[in-house]
Amino acid sequence: MNLNAKIPSGSIEDHWDNHRFGIRLVNPANKRKYTIIVVGTGLAGASAAATLAELGYNVKAFTFHDSARRAHSIAAQGGINAAKNYPNDGDSIFRLFYDTVKGGDYRSRESNVYRLAQVSNEIIDQATAQGVPFAREYGGLLDNRSFGGAQVSRTFYARGQTGQQLLLGAYQALARQVAAGTVELYTRTEMLDVVTHDGRAVGIVTRDLKTGDVESHSAHAVVLATGGYSNVYFLSTNAMACNVTAAWRAHRKGAYFANPCYTQIHPTCIPASDEFQSKLTLMSESLRNDGRIWIPLDPADSRAPNEIPEAERDYYLERKYPAFGNLVPRDVASRAAMRMIDANRGVGPLGNGVYLDFSDPIARLGADAIEARYGNLFEMYDRITDENPYKNPMRIYPAPHYTMGGLWVDYNLMSTVPGLYAIGEANFSDHGANRLGASALMQGLADGYFVIPYTIGDYLADYLNTDVMPTDHEAFKNAERGVRDHVERLMGINGTRTVDWFHRELGKIMIEQCGMARSAPGLEKALHEIPALKEEFQNDVKILGTADGLNQTLEKAGRVEDFFELAELMCRDALRREESAGGHFRVEHQTEEGEALRDDDNFSHVSAWEWHDSATPQTEHREDLHFEYVKLAQRSYK
Amino acid sequence: MDVTLRVWRQAGPERPGHFKDYLARGISEEASFLEMLDAVNEKLQESGEDPIAFDHDCREGICGSCGLMINGQAHGPQLGTATCQLHMRKFQDGDQIVIEPWRASAFPVIKDLVVDRTAFDRIIEAGGYITAPTGSAPDANLIPVPKPAADAAFDAAACIGCGACVAACPNSAAQLFTAAKLVHLNLLPQGQPESNQRAVAMVETMEEFFGSCTNHGECESACPKGISIDNIALMNRDYMRAKVADLRLTGRR
Repeated sequence: MNLNAKIPSGSIEDHWDNHRFGIRLVNPANKRKYTIIVVGTGLAGASAAATLAELGYNVKAFTFHDSARRAHSIAAQGGINAAKNYPNDGDSIFRLFYDTVKGGDYRSRESNVYRLAQVSNEIIDQATAQGVPFAREYGGLLDNRSFGGAQVSRTFYARGQTGQQLLLGAYQALARQVAAGTVELYTRTEMLDVVTHDGRAVGIVTRDLKTGDVESHSAHAVVLATGGYSNVYFLSTNAMACNVTAAWRAHRKGAYFANPCYTQIHPTCIPASDEFQSKLTLMSESLRNDGRIWIPLDPADSRAPNEIPEAERDYYLERKYPAFGNLVPRDVASRAAMRMIDANRGVGPLGNGVYLDFSDPIARLGADAIEARYGNLFEMYDRITDENPYKNPMRIYPAPHYTMGGLWVDYNLMSTVPGLYAIGEANFSDHGANRLGASALMQGLADGYFVIPYTIGDYLADYLNTDVMPTDHEAFKNAERGVRDHVERLMGINGTRTVDWFHRELGKIMIEQCGMARSAPGLEKALHEIPALKEEFQNDVKILGTADGLNQTLEKAGRVEDFFELAELMCRDALRREESAGGHFRVEHQTEEGEALRDDDNFSHVSAWEWHDSATPQTEHREDLHFEYVKLAQRSYK
Repeated sequence: MDVTLRVWRQAGPERPGHFKDYLARGISEEASFLEMLDAVNEKLQESGEDPIAFDHDCREGICGSCGLMINGQAHGPQLGTATCQLHMRKFQDGDQIVIEPWRASAFPVIKDLVVDRTAFDRIIEAGGYITAPTGSAPDANLIPVPKPAADAAFDAAACIGCGACVAACPNSAAQLFTAAKLVHLNLLPQGQPESNQRAVAMVETMEEFFGSCTNHGECESACPKGISIDNIALMNRDYMRAKVADLRLTGRR
């Protein structure tokens, strides 16, 4: 298949305007004749469902949580970028666009990123109108702070709970539509298959997590807003339930999966304290605004951090990257920390951390000012580690956090299956090989509030006055049968090992071979180990209870099984990409200084993988990336 | 450390429930409370017993999914801390820990420790929003918000919707949850046009599901986000004001 990204013509400033003018619209009276399914109610899903319903479409929204307010977007702490230039420090749409493409190590689509920067300002307006309590100056106007990878202050924030407040804004907009009867909301309902007919998406199959009932839902179009797949590593900053299942089942139904090896390891997480740990906790990158990262010059220095004099500390980020200092992008900061820890220079009881020290800003601004900025993060750190970060430096450690890869989509955010869209973290579109801080909230809401509501009309216009496919159609019955058989097969294995055991083992392989640093021999090894582990899973996993009621082990088993297949594809993609770019670091390809070394001649493309069947490896398709506005360069933050 | 758990087990919504004791051995003090339950569940599965079902997700104290009654206290003994952020170092070796689901008729048990909290969503749907359809917003800085109002609105908006306030209340009242959202929106200039109808709709929907407030104050001390009970006073004021405004309008007719 030819991957047509449908990038509009003309100058990049006009792409979005031209495109909106060029695509077909559905008139207001006709919108109520359409039904759209939105899966997931995080930032992207809730904002899309609410906005589509406001426009007049009938929307069916699905979440596997007990409420639409729980999605993991809620845990985003630091902020959301926008090119408002309120601080008057030289920001512009073009600069936000440029920083985002550069931050992504020149592996994203220029046109998409430009649109993202354009609508960023509207997101701030929209959220403010909804009552999102962004931080404000004393004059009552909005405050900004800086974030990694930028030399301007363009990040809007709501203390350390920006994701929560933005999600609640979108959730409340969704609740208004639920009350108005324009959105039918299904909670504790998990999507387990996409239904296609004549090559296009016509609905989904779900399982009611309370009763186990398998049901079909029919629509004119299906929008997946189902998040990322960092939990393939078992230990990550993602919530426990985050998974790839919806995107993966769509992949198996024909949606290409793009750049799966682009994963992000976040530099500021709380180090694991023991092997039973179930997840890693992120501390917002905004902490790097004021906190200074260091390790003792002497690795054997066993003094308490406060007793180590200034001259005997190595502020290695400030030393190596004087221009950006502690605010280098995440991939750079994570790799630098990992190198220190690998060289046995780490601190803390397990030697698995570096210090993030606030004593300077506390001395300069006072503890109250620091509390106002980061109070909840400091409290959380204290609660988890039992250490007071106002008195002692925090210890931080890099952890898997975000996945830039995802379902391939064109400029309309449509996947390779007509009628099937992917928005937010579930698609691959805007972050290239590395996402900058405060850009995930921006992208999720851009897709949901301002992109999909318009672009979906271009597809729907063809189906005016056509009914949705009845759910007793063979296509739905086959998909339902597939889901029921799958559940039955999992319940019937009756082996000896728990689902978590398999997940943990998979995570170990992935973090070791396809984590922060990847090598051909390591990836080859993983490609032998993963199928073996998957086979063991399919013969020996143990799921107790029944399938006709709430069964959390069964839910997780299905998700872990999909992670096995994804993990293989990630390794294959990482092996194929013989370069280093952003979060994808191949040890064979680095500069003399140990920075990522891209190969623009051979790898300036998106790898989009086509599924065949369980026995056949996916085929790679390529979308070449063209850079007309951003000059490709070795990223330098020095 | 070793602890004994006394856990509420209930196979389904219509099934009878009962307490069952489990021994949790060799638990790390660094483990979180839910990691301790994970370890117990892993052992249960190895021995062929259905694991204990409980809601949880972010494990960072922000999503509001988790919520357990621990020794009779919503979210356990540590002030301002959701269950997932509670750590075993707050317990002693040899402790007996009683774990129950939220108990409230508006929160029926689905299984074991998992309850149905959708009544909260009904309250938000009734009016816990500002009507601002996408695309209609003016520039964000056209609406200055005095910093004290913005900060107070934020304090209220920090609610995570976990339900601890209801579980802690002897009347199973949801005043703190409802007030938190109402006050967040009613303190802001953006929330003014709908403030009266919001107050009436949210309060009256709340009363369809939950008990009445008699000023016990248990909700405030159980709240993992430290939402102040003052919000309830503000909600009552707004509700009264809305009702009076309504009477005035009626009188004019």
